[in-house]
Amino acid sequence: MGQVVVQTENLTKAYGGFTAVDGLTLRIEEGEVYGFLGPNGAGKTTTLLMLLGLTEPSSGMASVCGHDSTREPLKVKRIVGYLPERVGFYEDMTARQNLRYTAELNSLPRGEAEEKIGGLLNTVGLSDVADHQVSTYSRGMKQRLGIADIWIKEPKLAFLDEPTTGIDPQGVEDILNLMVRMSRKKITIIFCSHLLHQVQKICGRVGILAKGRLVAEGSIDRLSGEAAGGGRYRIEAEVERRSRGLVDSIRKVKGVRDVESSGKSLLISCDKDLRGEISRIIVAGESQLLGMKIEEYNLEKIYKRYAKEA
Amino acid sequence: MYAVFQKELADHLSSKRFTILFLLVFLAAVFAIYIALQNIRSVVTPTTEFVFLKIFTTSGKSMPSFLFFLSLFIPIIGIALGFNAINGERSSGNLSRLLSQPIYRDSVINGKFLAGLAVLGIMVATVVAIVAGLGLRIVGVPPNAEEVMRLVFFALLSVIYGAFWMALAALFSVLFNRAATSMLASLALWIFFFFFMSMIAVAVANVLVPVDQNSSMELVVRNVEVQGMLGRISPCTLYGEATAALLTPELGSLNVALLVVTSVRGRLGTPLPLGESLLLVWPQVVSIIALLAICFAVSYIKFMREEIRSI
Repeated sequence: MGQVVVQTENLTKAYGGFTAVDGLTLRIEEGEVYGFLGPNGAGKTTTLLMLLGLTEPSSGMASVCGHDSTREPLKVKRIVGYLPERVGFYEDMTARQNLRYTAELNSLPRGEAEEKIGGLLNTVGLSDVADHQVSTYSRGMKQRLGIADIWIKEPKLAFLDEPTTGIDPQGVEDILNLMVRMSRKKITIIFCSHLLHQVQKICGRVGILAKGRLVAEGSIDRLSGEAAGGGRYRIEAEVERRSRGLVDSIRKVKGVRDVESSGKSLLISCDKDLRGEISRIIVAGESQLLGMKIEEYNLEKIYKRYAKEA
Repeated sequence: MYAVFQKELADHLSSKRFTILFLLVFLAAVFAIYIALQNIRSVVTPTTEFVFLKIFTTSGKSMPSFLFFLSLFIPIIGIALGFNAINGERSSGNLSRLLSQPIYRDSVINGKFLAGLAVLGIMVATVVAIVAGLGLRIVGVPPNAEEVMRLVFFALLSVIYGAFWMALAALFSVLFNRAATSMLASLALWIFFFFFMSMIAVAVANVLVPVDQNSSMELVVRNVEVQGMLGRISPCTLYGEATAALLTPELGSLNVALLVVTSVRGRLGTPLPLGESLLLVWPQVVSIIALLAICFAVSYIKFMREEIRSI
């Protein structure tokens, strides 16, 4: 068990009659890469802004590394790097100048800052264009500069709000790699996105937010399990002339969580790929196996399911 | 805050906006000097005590004086420095990044304001120095100590006046989300005060105190007094009166009614000493500072209270 980096207790934010975040309780530990999922307007950004102390919660509590975000925003901002969704830089300044400004705002000593800036520009692959104006940069380059911009203050926690939206596949790959590298440096990351396969790639744990409420939280494996009625895989077998007791005998197979039958199809939820064994049982029972399909429950499905529930 | 100040100052000084404004003001200065030198002989008499100040206030037949140029340009410079202070940061996506840095939120607005003030100071000081230098070179009459003091106070007042317009524009930049809106709003207000306020003052005064050719002197004076009071709602008038008193020591009073009386009697008073001129413009100066403080305070409070929403 690591140190708790992010903690919120019943965090709520209401704008007039609209509740953007509703009783959110989170606990994120050091070094985690936490995927914060949810459709647009689910309250992800509002939660981040409250954690940063930029927006005041209507009720509840948010803290980062033990510092209350509302009461000690400066201490929080010193250890948190925030990459906003539509990040902007001073267009008529170069990447280096932009980073220098951030370093100054964080009161880094000059020499140290210059060294760090050089190293970081190299890490994010912008050293060739470091002295070009940011206005000449592509979106992907700006996002990478954004990552350097939060990295320069060596945060304990990094918020990345939709860092991969609208970026080409190679760019996305680069950004995800950078996030993994950050995480290796013991930086806890909260990755907001609605692009699930990306979250799945790098996040250990995800929280799904819908209409301001946390509808599900946990490791991707566990969530898939819950969503698939227990098992992680769902096998659909089309069977004709089904012999009696077939469903029961499939149920007895180790690893099978549940069997449902609907018409010709049998829907089998299980922990691993049991197609071989199941097909043997069906055939041995003198039923006719017409076809078989297996699906892995991925985040997309989980997400849809929970979003629907909410 | 120092980091913000430094960056904003560097931004201003290297911006195209600054270059254009500076060229404009420089041209105006050279032009005004030319006009003043053409006409200075007709306004200076052997008894004129403050010849050097005349360089700044002398106008031609249809040509304005340097003072007029400056009173025209200072609001524009102020507005240009302030109109996108906050909403520019917002629309470029820098605001949320900036505010997530470990600085107090007011350092952003303070740093920006101080940087603007520094730029205004540099501009006014440079342009006054250029005019003074050229004037000295061509007229050949060196300024006396009092004239130098008057010019310093004049420059200070001009910076404060510019700061007022900057604060007003910055206020609009907090209130409106688009830079174009905040610029137009500030310009509209300036045009209103600069061009229309005096007309409105005349119209209102004529309604309140109707005068015609047969009216008594007393009534005419009342009418002019009302005009003056209404006109002072406008910061442009305040600045105009204050600079006039500073640069024209012969001006015995800012009270329009008194001026009417004196000019009717056909004499202008002897020059006032600096202390009394300052006393004379004190209400005007305080009013401008108060307006500046109000604009700054409102934008400050609005900006500090503003919640940063998902932008």
